[in-house]
Amino acid sequence: MEDPVVAEGLSRNFGKLVAVSDVSFRVHRGEIFGLLGPNGAGKSTTLRMLCGILDPSGGRATVVGFDVATESEQVKQNIGYMTQRFSLYEDLTIEENLRFYAGIYGLSRAERSTRVPEELERAGLSERRNQISGTLSGGWKQRLALVCATIHQPPLLFLDEPTAGVDPVSRREFWAHIHRIAAAGTTVMVTTHYMDEAERCHRLAFIFRGTLLDIGTPAEVIARREIRVGLVSTSDVAAAMDLLVSHPAVDEVAPFGDRLRLATLGGIDPVLLAQDLLGDGPGVGDCREIVPNVEDAFVAMVHSEARNGGAQ
Amino acid sequence: MNRMLSIAWKEMIQARRDRLTMGMMFGIPIIQLLLFGYAINTDVRNIATVVYDQDHSEESRGFVRRMEATGFYDLVGHVDSYEQIGIAMRSRQAMVALVVPPRFGAEVEAGRPARLQLVVDGSDPQVVASATNTAVSLAAARSSELSVARLQRLGQPAAAPSQVIVVEPATWYNQDLRTAVFIVPGLVGVILTMTLVMFTAMAIARERERGTLEQLIVSPIRSVELTVGKILPYIAVGYLQMSLILGVGSLVFKVPIVGSLGLLYLLSVFFIAASLAVGLLFSTIAKTQQQAMQMSFFFLLPNILLSGFMFPWEAMPTPAQWLATILPLTHYLRVVRGIVLKGASFAELSTELIWLAGITLVLIIVASMRFQKKLD
Repeated sequence: MEDPVVAEGLSRNFGKLVAVSDVSFRVHRGEIFGLLGPNGAGKSTTLRMLCGILDPSGGRATVVGFDVATESEQVKQNIGYMTQRFSLYEDLTIEENLRFYAGIYGLSRAERSTRVPEELERAGLSERRNQISGTLSGGWKQRLALVCATIHQPPLLFLDEPTAGVDPVSRREFWAHIHRIAAAGTTVMVTTHYMDEAERCHRLAFIFRGTLLDIGTPAEVIARREIRVGLVSTSDVAAAMDLLVSHPAVDEVAPFGDRLRLATLGGIDPVLLAQDLLGDGPGVGDCREIVPNVEDAFVAMVHSEARNGGAQ
Repeated sequence: MNRMLSIAWKEMIQARRDRLTMGMMFGIPIIQLLLFGYAINTDVRNIATVVYDQDHSEESRGFVRRMEATGFYDLVGHVDSYEQIGIAMRSRQAMVALVVPPRFGAEVEAGRPARLQLVVDGSDPQVVASATNTAVSLAAARSSELSVARLQRLGQPAAAPSQVIVVEPATWYNQDLRTAVFIVPGLVGVILTMTLVMFTAMAIARERERGTLEQLIVSPIRSVELTVGKILPYIAVGYLQMSLILGVGSLVFKVPIVGSLGLLYLLSVFFIAASLAVGLLFSTIAKTQQQAMQMSFFFLLPNILLSGFMFPWEAMPTPAQWLATILPLTHYLRVVRGIVLKGASFAELSTELIWLAGITLVLIIVASMRFQKKLD
């Protein structure tokens, strides 16, 4: 069985601006695939090309076996798509929204009258079904939007920054739900710039300034950066940052309250380095090395890209 | 003071960046000026006229020539019966008919009072005034000319009354020349234009603004299904509005409905389609509801002023008439007034219907070329 998403050298320009440049990847069946990158990196543009609503300027992509440029209508039949704006009709009730999308996706009257109450029940929206959607909180809107995007049981689900503006508890529930959907056999491709969410994906692709920097499981992506990270307490965070940032082995120093998160390159021990550099100055309190996370990996990758870019 | 100036400064920047609003700010006054300047001209010239000459004398031909020379009448043909006058008027080929009775020339020759009948289409009262007044003064002028000639020839004043040629005006279709009768059917067209264009343009702009359009284009729905589906409810609204206006018009303002209502409802489809196509075209251009509203308003102006709703088409200079001809409302007003006031038939309205269908076709082609199920 072919991979549900295959992108080969996908590119897109808007006039002179290059939004996406030569991006290639494959998404396997049943996995949650994350497209990670800062705002404006080309995540949404990539996703829109895969949905068949934006023509690629170069390269090609197939989604569930259909070419996104020439067979976009077949693509649309087989995907669910949810944006960060939740695209609900705010003046319709929950049930009306769901009925509407069920109709748009061509569910028959009979299917609609069984699927709609079923899905409402499953998403815990039954009691609120007559509530006007515009009055829902962000988390509930998100839940409804997801139900609307999957009412036709698509084999592939695209989520474009689905958790923007949603509280942490709702986000966790949402991700739990995404994992249930994936476990049931649906392939999910999601864009995000929340690093903690990226770690919840099976595989990740890092995109930066339209270019794909790395691709793999979160652990693989982190390991490939070859960084070590330490958490350093100090009495004067600002002064300590100034001292650390100019050292060639230091990749990143970031303040977290009265502590610093210090990332080092070349296998240098961040704890020893901090003690060495700060001992005479602001002083070092409690120090320990921690496991790097996706955010550290991402920052390291962007820095490395900036260094390479500067050398060119 | 500083705070107030900051607001003014920000407002100016925003206005400058919104090109459409900026264009409207300066475009609307200029266009209004041109439209009003051209349209408000109650001095109606070039009124399409037919002649029913039962006399075929030198005198009758002379009178017709003199009518044409005034510039107020535009001779478009000769007819052989009152029946044909009716057809010409209902199909709007003519608004005035001069009827010359038999023996007109002989009566004039003999110095006896001779009558001419001027049949005027009363559905536009402004045309009636111009047409009648000019003919009456022409008759008076010719009469005194004849009197002077007779005086010179016979050397004595005519014994008969000096007014030899008498014009008897006859108004058809709106005998009392009531403005309401003229305005109410026209209002059907104006209100339909307003509702249909604005609602259609805004309905799609609203989806665009709220982000739901993206959700729709990503679904398997076809462009046709989307646009026609959006339009259907407004067609129903249009028909309800039409019924409401005609109902109130006939009950309160006593507007007679001479023709077939069934035909009117049937033929209105042409106009409703054209208006919705205009709205669709706007919706492909407007990015926000506000822009859609501005464009609809901008469109409404020439419709009200040039379509013949307020001022007769005949009174406008040629460029304004061209502009009016491409407005769907111009043709629909002729259909509504034709049916409601004159009882016009399908065949008599065919020219207007061909125009409406043509305009709709062009608009839909342009709109569907612009509306793609893609984001860019």
